[in-house]
Amino acid sequence: MSWRTPVKPLSDGRYRLRLGAEERQLVGELCADLRRLIEADDRAVPRLFPPAHRDDAEAAEDFDRLTRGTLVEGRLEALRTVAETLDAEFLDEEQLGAWCGSLNDLRLVLGERIGVTEELDERLLRTSADHALYGWLTWLQSATVEALASRL
Amino acid sequence: MSQTIEAPVRVDEPARDEEEHHDRPWVVIVWNDPVNLMTYVTYVFQKLFGYAKEHAERLMWQVHTEGKAAVSTGTREKAEYDVARLQAHGLWATMQQDA
Repeated sequence: MSWRTPVKPLSDGRYRLRLGAEERQLVGELCADLRRLIEADDRAVPRLFPPAHRDDAEAAEDFDRLTRGTLVEGRLEALRTVAETLDAEFLDEEQLGAWCGSLNDLRLVLGERIGVTEELDERLLRTSADHALYGWLTWLQSATVEALASRL
Repeated sequence: MSQTIEAPVRVDEPARDEEEHHDRPWVVIVWNDPVNLMTYVTYVFQKLFGYAKEHAERLMWQVHTEGKAAVSTGTREKAEYDVARLQAHGLWATMQQDA
């Protein structure tokens, strides 16, 4: 893992993505897993599609019916973009946005599965592979957010 | 009030309630969760709503410390649009009508 930021905004408006081949492969595998999960049974990822109405189940169902297709397609589109740019050294804003969103979705699904809390447990980062992976995804997403926010 | 107009008033009441109900603005709420990064939540508020960084950060802190924050208001259609956009970005967003 590099001390330097893995995502650097460039003067031409693009971003340089500095990741090793193994790290890119890992992102690719995780994104492929998430895509299969969303395509196979989107109910398996409830955290990505929370009810829009807390106290009105009927309205929540209506909302879900109206928006689910668009939300699923947006997520799959972002995952496709990451797959297509997996080996790219330079990303445009839209492509980096897709990386940022997909990394966030990966963290949401993994975070729910391993039950992360707001306090980062340093010990778990060392002893649990899933927590270490979550920590690494967090590091990478933070860098994409910082780079994207620097251009707002 | 005379007896003669009492009945029509009663008949009108549900319709008037309905109208007031319809006019009350909808509020979009973002709830705290342990995964979404503080920097990311701030970035999403800026990007989706065009909020200044200071305002976006204030809302993010409110979500973080109080558990939730109202991030936008408007018609039902606008609230649905905003909730869908926030959910597309992975934020835990719901909508409710102003009390």
